[in-house]
Amino acid sequence: MSNLQLLWFVLVGVLFSGFFFLEGFDFGVGMTIKSLAQTRAERDVVIHTIGPHWDANEVWLITAGGAMFASFPMWYATLFSGFYLILLLILVALIMRGVSFEFRSRMESDAGRNFWEWAAAIGSFLAAFLFGMMFTAMVKGMPIDAHGDMTAHFTDYVNLFSIVGGVAVTLLCYLHGLNFIRLKTTGTLRARALQWAKPLYWVLFAGEVVFAILLYFNTDFFTKKPISTLILVVALVVLTCLATWGVYGNHEWLSFISSGLSLIDVVVLLFNGLFPRVMVANNAVNSILIKNASNSPYTLHLMTVIALSVLPIMLVYFIWSYWVFYKRLAS
Amino acid sequence: MNLGLSIISLARFQFAMTTVFHFFFVPLSIGLALVVAIMETVYVVKKDILYKHMAQFWGRIFLLSFAVGVVTGIIQEFQFGMNWSDYSRFMGDIFGAPLAIEALVAFFMESTFIGLWMFGWDRFNAKIHLAFIWLTSIGTMISAMWILAANSFMQNPVGFMINAKTGRAQMTSFSAVIKNPQLWVELPHVLFGAFVTGSFVVAGMAAFSLLKKKNVNFFRKSLKVSLIIGLVATIGVVAVGDLQTRYIIKEQPMKFAATEGLYKDSGSPAAWSVISSMDTQNHKTNWSIDVPYVLDILSYHKLSGNVKGQNTLNKEFHAKYDKKFGKNMNYYVPTKTLFWSFRVMTISGGVFALIAIIGLLFNRASSDLIIRQRWFLWVLGICTFLPFAANTTGWLITELGRYPWVVYGLLTIADAVSPNVSVASLLISNIVYFCVFSGLGIVMIVLSRRALHEGPDDLLKATDDAPYDPYGKGALSHE
Ligand code: HEM
Repeated sequence: MSNLQLLWFVLVGVLFSGFFFLEGFDFGVGMTIKSLAQTRAERDVVIHTIGPHWDANEVWLITAGGAMFASFPMWYATLFSGFYLILLLILVALIMRGVSFEFRSRMESDAGRNFWEWAAAIGSFLAAFLFGMMFTAMVKGMPIDAHGDMTAHFTDYVNLFSIVGGVAVTLLCYLHGLNFIRLKTTGTLRARALQWAKPLYWVLFAGEVVFAILLYFNTDFFTKKPISTLILVVALVVLTCLATWGVYGNHEWLSFISSGLSLIDVVVLLFNGLFPRVMVANNAVNSILIKNASNSPYTLHLMTVIALSVLPIMLVYFIWSYWVFYKRLAS
Repeated sequence: MNLGLSIISLARFQFAMTTVFHFFFVPLSIGLALVVAIMETVYVVKKDILYKHMAQFWGRIFLLSFAVGVVTGIIQEFQFGMNWSDYSRFMGDIFGAPLAIEALVAFFMESTFIGLWMFGWDRFNAKIHLAFIWLTSIGTMISAMWILAANSFMQNPVGFMINAKTGRAQMTSFSAVIKNPQLWVELPHVLFGAFVTGSFVVAGMAAFSLLKKKNVNFFRKSLKVSLIIGLVATIGVVAVGDLQTRYIIKEQPMKFAATEGLYKDSGSPAAWSVISSMDTQNHKTNWSIDVPYVLDILSYHKLSGNVKGQNTLNKEFHAKYDKKFGKNMNYYVPTKTLFWSFRVMTISGGVFALIAIIGLLFNRASSDLIIRQRWFLWVLGICTFLPFAANTTGWLITELGRYPWVVYGLLTIADAVSPNVSVASLLISNIVYFCVFSGLGIVMIVLSRRALHEGPDDLLKATDDAPYDPYGKGALSHE
């Protein structure tokens, strides 16, 4: 494995981390439209908190997909063709939630608004859940043949482990969304988000324990990389403790940063476990390895130069746009 | 499950359906971004508030189009992996790069600045706010450049080699990929086509409103701005189209022969068929109505010269490619589709130029012909839809004319498809996309019509210092 290959494995991980940190609260806020927010005015406000940002957040996913294609096409090809139906559902979910904000704002009737609110809420929920499910199934190991083609059956991707993974990611996103709402709103919404987060954090703790146990039995993480895996699992629990502390002590930034970092921690946990593979096959000889999956050194080098020169500029205006809209919204 | 459907035909159908639908909104968004940016520029320069309202009003259509464009775009990126995994493996070294760069450079730019533009009306001074729409507009164009760089490679592979060990295509020169001559005719043609689309949609919608005689001043001024842009863009698209024609005669003669319905060589001087009846089974022309010399003028800007027909080219291709692809290849492209598509596209080009000129004459400040000549407003209104036909037929030529290859001369369609995806999965995804697109298309049309019907009254009434909120109640839902 060359340094460039390693770098791009890390970069793909970084892009997915960025995606989950940002789109994480975005999904969470989307789900609250039909739960936490109870009146039309409240729904206007929660949607408004992500209004200027959700589209740019989603670009992190598109960039992660593009980067995967540009660095590890074997990974991209196997993953996307293998998880066909899950990805189809994810796409539908992303489409529905993507248009919902704009379309809702143009509705004249309550029924019309209601429809697009549900589209946003269900779309956000499904996207978060299915991403969790897909990544969990991916690290468990899938039926992949020598050519790199995966032909999975229903139970390969829908099983206890992957469902728990999906629920865990959904819950993490939902709480991250609540923490974001606590930061961005005032009044009843802010108070209610705090109220709702309290019991949910205890559910999350339980979920994390179950997930860790299933991780032990379903993957080779603990046998192949016991120390790093353990550290990352402990880190997840510690971050959740910090977020909980932020909830009970009403430290809004602490909760938000911790819930975002716990999503990143999950991504790191999965990527750490994958390494040095990119796809885990049931039959170990067919696992796809970083060293065989990548593009030529020429392309990797080119992409490195471009990514490293463009990313800093992009981050400047991306962060600036958050700073511009950093103002609490009243309900 | 076997309904006589193959994964290849389903995957091709899906690609056609998703790209055509996506490419309704791409040129519309690129074009509207430019039109809105120009309107806002006029506002900043002339300090005439009417142009601000114009930018805001047409901005509503732009935002709708942008939203649908974004969500249908994600499908495109996923599709290569989902349906064309062997293509992705073969081409990843070259194709992935422009895709990733497009996301990094263009998508972040457009999505961030469109957010700032939408929500920034009363947070920034006019000049900074103007910069946001220009940055969005430039972002949309940069995005076109990178995705067309990828497409151009498929049309005309350059700057690569085939790795003998892996059998995969490998990039050897990024600058050759970027300098691909195909790209530098295709990109301006697509961009001008997009500006035509944006401007004629504005012009056509303004015409519908003028028929109702509401907000006449507002819509006449909108018409003026859009028709000026439309005229310039039409001249651009036709001029570049001419370059492109002469380019493909050299690089993809089979495609060109098909757009002209030629089976036999034309001989010199070459006549141009206005219409033609083609026998695609036996590869011959039944009859056609010809105009002498015109094909030579189109092809070579001369009055003489031979244009090769598909029968000759087919033989040449067999001689050239049989060693690699075997004797059983069929190199004829879907001739009828290409022939008629080319006519729809080019004739629309002529119609746009004519309509723009008449419209600008009728709409002169000193005359009110535009209001009185209602038939013309109707024609203009119908022109709202014509750019979509021109764009789609243009892509049909470009993409079907590449048959039987995905990557010209390198990879056939049959070798590109995902071998592990089942007919059932593809059937399901085709049905799902079809339903989703129908729904989105209907909502899009209904909402655009409603925005037009409601008109800019809320904007014109609002005082300048009232905050403008794109998701606010007054702004869009009109209560
Ligand atoms: C008389 C005018 C026109 C000529 C001579 C012309 C010529 C061409 C040619 C030769 C192609 C195929 C290029 C290839 O396969 O590489 C093409 C494609 C295309 N045309 Fe046109 N065209 C004209 C007008 C228009 C108009 C008015 C529009 C839209 C408003 C348009 C939109 C397109 C698009 C979207 C494509 C596909 C992308 C591309 O390959 O550039 N064209 N055109």
